[in-house]
Amino acid sequence: MDWPALWLSLHLAGWTVLLLLPVAVFLGRFLAFHRFAGKGAVEALVILPLVLPPTVLGFYLLVAFGAGSPVGRLWESAFGGPLVFSFEGLVAASVLFNLPFAVQPAQRGFEAVPKDVREAAACCGMSPLTALRRVELPLAWPGVLTGMVLTFAHTLGEFGIVLMVGGAIPGETRTVAISIYDRVQAFDMSGAAQMSAMLLAISLVTIAVTFRLSERAGRRLS
Amino acid sequence: MTLEVAVRAAAPIPLDVSFRVEAGELLALVGPSGAGKSTVLRAIAGLWHPDRGRVSVDGETWLDTDTGTDLPTHRRRLGVVFQSYALFPQMTALANVMAAGAGQTRASEVLELVHLGGLERRRPAELSGGQQQRVAVARALARDPAVLLLDEPFSAVDRGTREGLYAEIERLRAHLRMPVVLVTHDMEEARRLADRIVVIDHGQVLRDGPVDDILYDPRALRGMGLREAGATLTARIEDQEADGLTRLRCAGGPLWLPRISGVAGEVVRVRIMAHDVMLANQRPEAISALNVIPGVIESILPGDGPGALVTLAVGDELVVARITQRSVQAMGLVVGQSCYALVKSMAVARHQVGREEAEP
Repeated sequence: MDWPALWLSLHLAGWTVLLLLPVAVFLGRFLAFHRFAGKGAVEALVILPLVLPPTVLGFYLLVAFGAGSPVGRLWESAFGGPLVFSFEGLVAASVLFNLPFAVQPAQRGFEAVPKDVREAAACCGMSPLTALRRVELPLAWPGVLTGMVLTFAHTLGEFGIVLMVGGAIPGETRTVAISIYDRVQAFDMSGAAQMSAMLLAISLVTIAVTFRLSERAGRRLS
Repeated sequence: MTLEVAVRAAAPIPLDVSFRVEAGELLALVGPSGAGKSTVLRAIAGLWHPDRGRVSVDGETWLDTDTGTDLPTHRRRLGVVFQSYALFPQMTALANVMAAGAGQTRASEVLELVHLGGLERRRPAELSGGQQQRVAVARALARDPAVLLLDEPFSAVDRGTREGLYAEIERLRAHLRMPVVLVTHDMEEARRLADRIVVIDHGQVLRDGPVDDILYDPRALRGMGLREAGATLTARIEDQEADGLTRLRCAGGPLWLPRISGVAGEVVRVRIMAHDVMLANQRPEAISALNVIPGVIESILPGDGPGALVTLAVGDELVVARITQRSVQAMGLVVGQSCYALVKSMAVARHQVGREEAEP
């Protein structure tokens, strides 16, 4: 059992969820409530990571984060280390790669809040932020939560991008998914099996918890 | 507190509407669907932004396109009752009312006021349509709004429930010191609840005046659709007869209507729909219609189709009949001529009889 790899994966998933939560709420809400020119293009861009092969996205991110790119140089001058093959680079890649998993369900969640209910919130004197907190989020959270769970589970299992952007540096960028691959390469089938079972268990528990919460919310509102 | 509204826009429909509502006055914006009534209401609430316009309440300007003033909805002190109620489904009735900024004590009081005491802990899904509507009214009143806006608030409940809600609003009127705007396409509703009616059609104000003036005005009625045409007679209850009819007396003589509760001497207002009225040149004999009301033709207004609207003066009041232009010709009806209006007793439904506040 490669505990450091599992710990790293959970760490990565946690950071990704934390950073994507506000993005999902505000971008999802914006896309759900507003119509504007170019909305289709924005939505397509958000979905792009879903259809793009992970290695392709990983390749572009590797180039974009590399020491030769403006982003990479800016990062190096600010933090003194390279963005690629680092945990921070992995988090950045993970955030981009998980955009569709986080934003799409959140957008669906906000779309389910009826327009007149939103207007009623304003007519009750609630500012947009208060309305978000007291009316919209309490109604849209199953969608937001689904997005976060998908993001978490998906980050644990991501392989292609992690390998491209992060390499497989133990303790820095070798996640559990890559560790499983390494074990299989080394013919350590029982080690791979242990870690696979662990990932399976974590995924099942997360999904079960989400379903339970969404079901409770559904019962409360109908 | 006075609400002044002037709204002009080219889209979604050409709109040019302005009116004024005094404190404590209930104004009904009436017109066919698509006439722009709800759009005007949304402009008052700041949920829709006209090309040009001005909305001010008691000197405070909410919207003025000339100076660029446009207060966001949440900073306009208003109460709105939406067609679909738009309650917050995750909150209890009490929490819904408190969401409008009321403290718990005040929220409970307002719920008492709309007869929902004891149901504070229920969520909207656990309330009937009529009860949800009352919560919506309570929520709109809870923040002591400077303006109360009612957007077809009764269209989603069945007729029976609606009757109860009308009575509720009539009773609440005593507590409403702010200007109230009611949007409806139902003339009966406007008659029951409003002090003044503004008729809107194709984005224009067709008529603006006291309820009785508008209800008797065939030109206004044409804007509202002839189906809604009708007039109101004042009548005094004379006797409850044994066969289930009530005998009343109006300016044109006796009227027999299906049982109206009330004691002899009580004054009621009876709405007679134009399509329930036939006309005759002589007093007819041996017909089933019990009510024969003599009158003098005041106007004959041909419609766009084969119909015509004939207005009969009955004492100080009016009866309107919707008959064919062919009949107008065949009977040789002209303005100033005497004739008889025939009304089936059973055509006057119970909800078309209202009470006078005080005896005239």
